[in-house]
Amino acid sequence: MNWVATYTLLGKEVTRWRKVWMQTVLAPVVTALLYLLVFGHVLEGRVEVFPGVKYTAFLIPGLLMMAVIQNAFANTSSSLIQSKVMGSIVFILLPPFSALEMFLAYVGAAVLRGLAVGVGVFLLAYFYVEVPVENIFVVIAFAILGSYVMASLGLIAGMWAEKFDQIAAFQSFLIVPLTFLSGVFYSIKSLPPFWYEISKANPFFYMIDGFRYGFFGQSDQSILLSLAVMTSAAGALTVICVSMLKSGYKLRDS
Amino acid sequence: MKSSDDGSLAISLRGVSKNYGDLQALKDVSFDIHKGEFFGLLGPNGAGKSTLISAIAGLLKVNGGSISILGSDVEKDYRQARMNLGVVPQEIVMDPFFTVRETLVFQSGYFGIRNNDQWINELLDQLGLSDKADSNMRKLSGGMKRRVLIAQALVHKPQVLVLDEPTAGVDVELRQSMWRFVRRLHNEGHTIVLTTHYLEEAEELCDRIAIIDKGQLLALETKEDLLARGLGSKLLVRATHPIETIPLEYQDRVARLEGNEVELTIRRDSDSVMEILDRLRAASISIDYVSVLSDSLEDVFVRMTGAQQGGQS
Repeated sequence: MNWVATYTLLGKEVTRWRKVWMQTVLAPVVTALLYLLVFGHVLEGRVEVFPGVKYTAFLIPGLLMMAVIQNAFANTSSSLIQSKVMGSIVFILLPPFSALEMFLAYVGAAVLRGLAVGVGVFLLAYFYVEVPVENIFVVIAFAILGSYVMASLGLIAGMWAEKFDQIAAFQSFLIVPLTFLSGVFYSIKSLPPFWYEISKANPFFYMIDGFRYGFFGQSDQSILLSLAVMTSAAGALTVICVSMLKSGYKLRDS
Repeated sequence: MKSSDDGSLAISLRGVSKNYGDLQALKDVSFDIHKGEFFGLLGPNGAGKSTLISAIAGLLKVNGGSISILGSDVEKDYRQARMNLGVVPQEIVMDPFFTVRETLVFQSGYFGIRNNDQWINELLDQLGLSDKADSNMRKLSGGMKRRVLIAQALVHKPQVLVLDEPTAGVDVELRQSMWRFVRRLHNEGHTIVLTTHYLEEAEELCDRIAIIDKGQLLALETKEDLLARGLGSKLLVRATHPIETIPLEYQDRVARLEGNEVELTIRRDSDSVMEILDRLRAASISIDYVSVLSDSLEDVFVRMTGAQQGGQS
């Protein structure tokens, strides 16, 4: 394991998103806050999802996690597709990186971006409504697991895609629907039985539900089940990503 | 071709093949490049030069054969092979987020090198980039970006440097300063592999030259052997009077006949210049001046690749 190389690539990827922080951090924070203001204003007092929890407070963990995971996905996918289209991927392919080193660097930088966005959303939302934090370790664990899983998916999308619109399609037709239907704005227990069962098959649901447990100490599903689903997904995606990087899938076969 | 790797080989290719569907981009290519050589790789567009370089650099996986750099296999021992190799890509590519210095610091780190400022400063100085060190890559001219690519290829001090058409679209001044720098690297013991469209560059710089076309190795010889391959030269004869007739046996050798000058194609390995001149004199041509015009590398190249095309069409 070449830690200097891994750390350098991670640093380069972090520098990349830091240099355009308005687009990569501030914009998603503002978007999440707009959701909060609009939905909070419309639904506050009309919906009570968890007993004793205001709707706006309920909304914050969902919106926060949505921002975290969407940006983690965007970081790896956009970095890879940009460097593939522009040809600068050659600077990563020529040095002696192992597949695992590349994976850890790309995913690590994306997790950090996801967390930066998450902290931004939390701090600003806190001015709007006070949100309890029942278990900070659960909050942090699910934020990291969620962004890790989505960064890995972004890496797969970035390797697979040959054009920017393929990434956009991946986001629009897979990531956004699965996120919106994962219980960001509602508890899946409020759904009709059929859609409740369907929602339980949505892996994104476990990210949101476990994360929300960290804030309120209550959730739709067992926290252990959510943790098991997330760690399994993270493990499986790690194996898939490292195998793809090792084979040079759509990177070294052109 | 049998390998003779006694530690003297910079690059060794054995039976390298690469297919893209039905297209065979490389067909069983085998040759060696020795340490310290200035080696030219020539071929027309689409000949397979860049494919070959990509295979050497590990940028693509070959369908057959093996490649090693300073004895390290590019797949099995890819870490050491890549440490030994610097590649200047053909296309001008860059990461638009960073300055020149950031680009070089990152590139050093990718090779596991920290605190490389001294060498980076030397590279910037040698390549005339010192005053652009803190400029964003986007703001550099094409020539400057090309220099940064060279610096990136050298940032880990590789023993073998591959330059894939480094002077394409580069102005004369930059081209000359670039070659001065590359010559210096060569004199310091680096192995240089060059592909270029400017054949005069290869003729001027390279010790040995490989010519490939349609993915096959057509020739691999020293520059001198290639030029004196018997592929031909021209004999220029100027007479004191206009030349009207050429002896029958040389009529199919006439490359040019204008007034009192004639150019005959001759074969170095089989023709005797003195005998030709005697025959011309016997045909009442009064010779005033004689010159043998050597083939340029371009003549050799065009003839070889042209013959290949003709032979396969």
